This record gives sequence, C-alpha cells and structure tokens, in this order.
Amino acid sequence: MEKIIAGIPVQVNEEGYLTDFPQWNQAVGTELAQEASIDMTPRHWEVIAYLQKEFKNEVPLSIRKIGKSGVVDIKEFYQLFPMAPLKTASKIAGIPKPVSCI
Amino acid sequence: MNDNNGDIKKMMIILSKATLENVYAAFVLANGARMEGIEAEMFFTFFGLEAIHKKKLEHLHIATVGNPAMHMPTLLGGLPGMEALATHMMKKEMERIDMPDVHEFLDILKASGVKLWACKLAMDMFHYKKEDLYDDVDGVITVGDFYKQGSGVGTHMLFI
Repeated sequence: MEKIIAGIPVQVNEEGYLTDFPQWNQAVGTELAQEASIDMTPRHWEVIAYLQKEFKNEVPLSIRKIGKSGVVDIKEFYQLFPMAPLKTASKIAGIPKPVSCI
Repeated sequence: MNDNNGDIKKMMIILSKATLENVYAAFVLANGARMEGIEAEMFFTFFGLEAIHKKKLEHLHIATVGNPAMHMPTLLGGLPGMEALATHMMKKEMERIDMPDVHEFLDILKASGVKLWACKLAMDMFHYKKEDLYDDVDGVITVGDFYKQGSGVGTHMLFI
C-alpha cells in the first residue's frame, strides 16, 4: 500500500515497513522514528547506516550480530531503540522486518 | 476496570532443568520477549541453577535417555559418551544457525535487560554460594520475591 511519509508517497506493507528501499531517505527515516517516539541523534543514524549496509549485503540481522558489529553493543542498542530495537530500527532504516529469533 | 487489552507486558520464566535443550528454550523465550519490547525475568531453580553456575554452565548436555525425540533406543542412549556425542552434534548445528553458547547467551540476556534470579531454596539444597554463580545474576531470592517481581497487569509466567 501507499503511504505519505515526509511529504512523499512510499510503498509500505501492512505493518508499516517500507517495501522499496530506494524510496527511503533521511526525512522518511526521521518521520518513521517519530512514529516510534524516537528522537534521532547522530548515534542513531550510525546504527541505521550499519543496518542498511548489512541489508544491502544481504546479511540477515540478529541481536547477536548487532552485538558483534563493532558499531554498537547490545546494551546501547536497547537504549537507543528501547522498545523492540531490531524491529523498530529496521523500520526506521526502511528495510524489511527481521525474521530472527535471536 | 483496567485498560489492558490483552498485551503481554512481562514474561516470568522459571527454569528448573539443566538439559541443554531446556536451557536454550528458556533463553530464546526470554530474549525473544525483549526483542518484542516485552520485559523478561528468569528464575533458576533446582537443576536449572546449573545454567548460571560458573563451573557447570559450559558443560551442559542434551538428554539422550528418556527423550523420545532422539529416536534412539534407551539402552544405546545410556552408553558412555553418547550424551557428549549428541551434545557435540547439536552444538555444531547451533553454531550454524548463529546460536550463542550458554555463557554468551547469558551476556546477551543481561545486555538486553533480562533480570536473572537464583532460587534461594535450591541454592541451599545444592550448597551453592552467590560467588559460584555467573557474575551478573541479579540476586538470590525466594519464590515469594519472584512472584512480587511479576506483579502488574499483563504478566505471564512460564515453567520449564
């Protein structure tokens, strides 16, 4: 379905995840973050950039991989995105919902 | 009237067994709760204490006897070394699906905000001391204390 985010029409699925990553830009990410009650800081964007890089490399994401990323540790990841961090951060990053259980 | 809509707010997970498959089940459920934004606390009692016992947590085994899913005759499962072999094979598979070992999993749970409690009664029974346990265990408490931790709307308890 189509949704207007940051003034532009983007494709999202029924859970609100972007389905066409090239439609993502930082303004879209900022508005998605606001929907999740998160005020983005440079630190948040560093993590988002890492997730997007992994997505482009087709690496499946998990909490364990985040912890080993060298970009952010698990504790800080939960501080930056307190509720359901992997899902919330993926949504803001414009990438699909992660399917990992760990 | 309360405004709870049936959402799960907190999972209280009691682990009473030390077989690897049960320990992992409990850990995955606790970690999975946190990943969904649900609070999680664990209570380690009886043999479950081995999962947070410094000297024992690296040496947990899966059960080859009395475990029908092993599809192995009971007599064969009881042979020396059989549990070690089955455990070795399972650990290899777990590494393949990116499953951490017990110690690393505890680190992940703590970093994710899971509270880890040891059962006082079982500690006394096994003559364990707080120093014997994984460093980041939150405390040794009674079952009553654990129930108190779980008070509030939307809390669910799970016994493994």
